[in-house]
Amino acid sequence: MTQFRKGLWRSALAAAAVAGFVTSAAAQMELKIMAPAAPGGGWDQTARSMQQALTQSGIAKSAQVTNVPGAGGSIGIAQLVNNSKGDGNQLMVMGYVMVGALLTNKSPITLDQTTPIARLTTEYEAIVVPADSPIKNAKDLATAIKADPAKVTWAGGSAGGVDHIAAALFAKAAGADPTKINYIPFSGGGEALAAILGGKVTAGISGYGEFESQVKAGKLRLIGLTSAKKTANVDVPSIKEQGIDLEIANWRAVVAPPGISADQKKALTDTMDKMAKSKEWQEILKAKGWEDAYVSGDAFTKILADEQTRTKDVLTAVGLVKS
Amino acid sequence: MEAFASLADGLVVAIQPANLLFALIGVLLGTAVGVLPGIGPALTVALLLPITFKLDPAGSIIMFAGIYYGGMYGGSTTAILINTPGESASMATALEGNLMAKAGRGGPALATAAIGSFVAGTIATLGLTLLAPYLVDIAVSFGPEDYFALMVVAFVTVSATFGDSPVRGLTSLFIGLMLGLVGIDLLSGQSRLSFGVPELYDNIEVTTLAVGLFAVGEALYVASRRHIQEEKLEAVRGSLWMTKEDWKRSWKPWLRGTMFGFPIGALPAGGAEIPTFLSYATERRLTKHPEDFGKGAIEGVAGPEAANNASAAGTLVPLLTLGLPTSATAAMMLAGFQQYNINPGPLLFAQNADLVWGLIASLFIANAMLLVLNLPLVGLWVKLLTIPQPWLYAGILVFATMGTIAANPSPVELMMLTVFGVLGFLMRRFDFPIAPVIVGMILGPLAESQLRRALSISLGDPMTLLQSPISATLLTIALIALVLPFFLKGLGRFKAVED
Repeated sequence: MTQFRKGLWRSALAAAAVAGFVTSAAAQMELKIMAPAAPGGGWDQTARSMQQALTQSGIAKSAQVTNVPGAGGSIGIAQLVNNSKGDGNQLMVMGYVMVGALLTNKSPITLDQTTPIARLTTEYEAIVVPADSPIKNAKDLATAIKADPAKVTWAGGSAGGVDHIAAALFAKAAGADPTKINYIPFSGGGEALAAILGGKVTAGISGYGEFESQVKAGKLRLIGLTSAKKTANVDVPSIKEQGIDLEIANWRAVVAPPGISADQKKALTDTMDKMAKSKEWQEILKAKGWEDAYVSGDAFTKILADEQTRTKDVLTAVGLVKS
Repeated sequence: MEAFASLADGLVVAIQPANLLFALIGVLLGTAVGVLPGIGPALTVALLLPITFKLDPAGSIIMFAGIYYGGMYGGSTTAILINTPGESASMATALEGNLMAKAGRGGPALATAAIGSFVAGTIATLGLTLLAPYLVDIAVSFGPEDYFALMVVAFVTVSATFGDSPVRGLTSLFIGLMLGLVGIDLLSGQSRLSFGVPELYDNIEVTTLAVGLFAVGEALYVASRRHIQEEKLEAVRGSLWMTKEDWKRSWKPWLRGTMFGFPIGALPAGGAEIPTFLSYATERRLTKHPEDFGKGAIEGVAGPEAANNASAAGTLVPLLTLGLPTSATAAMMLAGFQQYNINPGPLLFAQNADLVWGLIASLFIANAMLLVLNLPLVGLWVKLLTIPQPWLYAGILVFATMGTIAANPSPVELMMLTVFGVLGFLMRRFDFPIAPVIVGMILGPLAESQLRRALSISLGDPMTLLQSPISATLLTIALIALVLPFFLKGLGRFKAVED
């Protein structure tokens, strides 16, 4: 029996080895993906979706997800930079929210210390008002905010997060003083949604996914998305198309530890390139409603640098970061 | 009675053998992770999500609901037996439950918790069936000022947990309020009292505080007393089951607990902590056996446990009707829905009626399964208490440490657990009540941010607290609750003079 089992194992291993050799010329990687957040949030879901796509498609031999929660990712990035230096199999999921969190937390570690790999997905911000609000479009909202920024109350996610930044940028684009906005942070989009539905605030701002079903049910009016052009899933022109110069997206990406070799970086980038094109990943994107925004290599490095500069300016303007 | 017809259709979905099996797996898993501190139902659902991707949606969502309810049951078991609440919702249960267990009445305590959870879960699920569409309108109309008023009511009533000395109680409460300030302030994004330690930015974990104060503090206290006198724990004194008297003292708290748990759980920012503590405070006020409180009163277990489970059902109201997850587990269940392209929200009942009613029906079934599963286990669980004390408390320390590390793998978290353990020991040694610390830590930050939100919306006008009818009513209730005892006392003295 044991002999038989051993034999079975050996042949299985041999088969696996052959299969591995056939599917990819480059060695299949044994990846470790860190989600710098507790299970359940967006980064965790991204990491677990990557795990699913990478292993089901056979692009990676294995992918292990770990969670390092805390302080908007500040704890996770510190661990990546300090403990995983030079580890060519380690990835960390991150996103636009981390750019702001590292600034407001005065983190000693910055994103410049990581090795950028690729941007994966993006979600546009949506501005909504209660269905019975007198505000009909982005122009109306801009007029109201220009008249008195304090009287327009915004409900959104945590202070200094992407929702807050987008609201400040809207005020700025409307010609009002962004430091005067009356932004009310809620813990998570859900609680904010209740305040908007209850008509407690003028407008709500969050990822479109948070509002979609309420907009479709006619309980909220969509003012617009923060995309460059109208996207296919909504009926309303983008805020930029309505004449307010605001463009912002909440993207998610992966970075690697510092100190990895050029070959290691290439191997990670190739693996991500393959994953982004895989059928499995595309199916996940569709099911989760995430927009594909795949960019790798130097283009992503530049995006990351630009976003850091712009975010620092906005957060300084609204007084969350002291220059 | 359209709802009942739909529910009957749902039952047909839920009693398919495969779905029954999923419900059974769910409640077993849920009970197991509920018993282990640190691994909550939210993490379990998160770990299962990738596995269930290929399963049929109804089956896996039914399993998630089983885990959710099962976790609630399991959490109360450790709270009662070893004073280690696995989650903040079972903290109120630990107060009297553990005292009962120490007095040899662990059996009835577990039984009233299990039966109370069943009764409350069933009533609340029925409420979910019938009232969900109406309740959600009220829930949404709750503004920040109304939440603040609710917190004020909670603050006033939980003063019952202060014990005999208001000064000591208030001291404890203020320790809790101070601990609640630690971390990044939600409204301004600035960090307070965190001294540059990144682990403190996310506020102090309530379970770390509770496990430190309750379990570690208790273990240290027992160790310090050993040379003076060996405390004899009797596992079973009297009946292992509930006596007639126990039933008589339990049924009203079950119902009252449900009345607190379900509506508050249905509020988008309600949670399970407020109703459990409100229920505890109410039972303490209303009991005919005030002398038992502080020594293990069955009402103090029956009420909060019922409130806990009823609020779990309440949480499903905003989740299913608005797509609003109001607890970590609900958020994971939402992710579970989304992986099948099902978006909970106003259209869910219309678009996926069979799934929703299947889920609601399986909640009834999960509840019944949990009762059948847990009652026979009561005898086994109380055997835990016959373990020699040094072993038992060493085991509790290992459990508490492991749970904390599992939830938050960081040395800072362990340090905090130790510091809170020493604090808990000192408080017990010098006779300060522990519950107000937890109450202050949970309610303080909530009340603060709701008040500041309300004032932010009203542009700084405090009258907003009285202009909202809900808030005005709640504040009046709080005022009456505050003044009434003094008034009654005065009246009593008046009477005494008359005599």
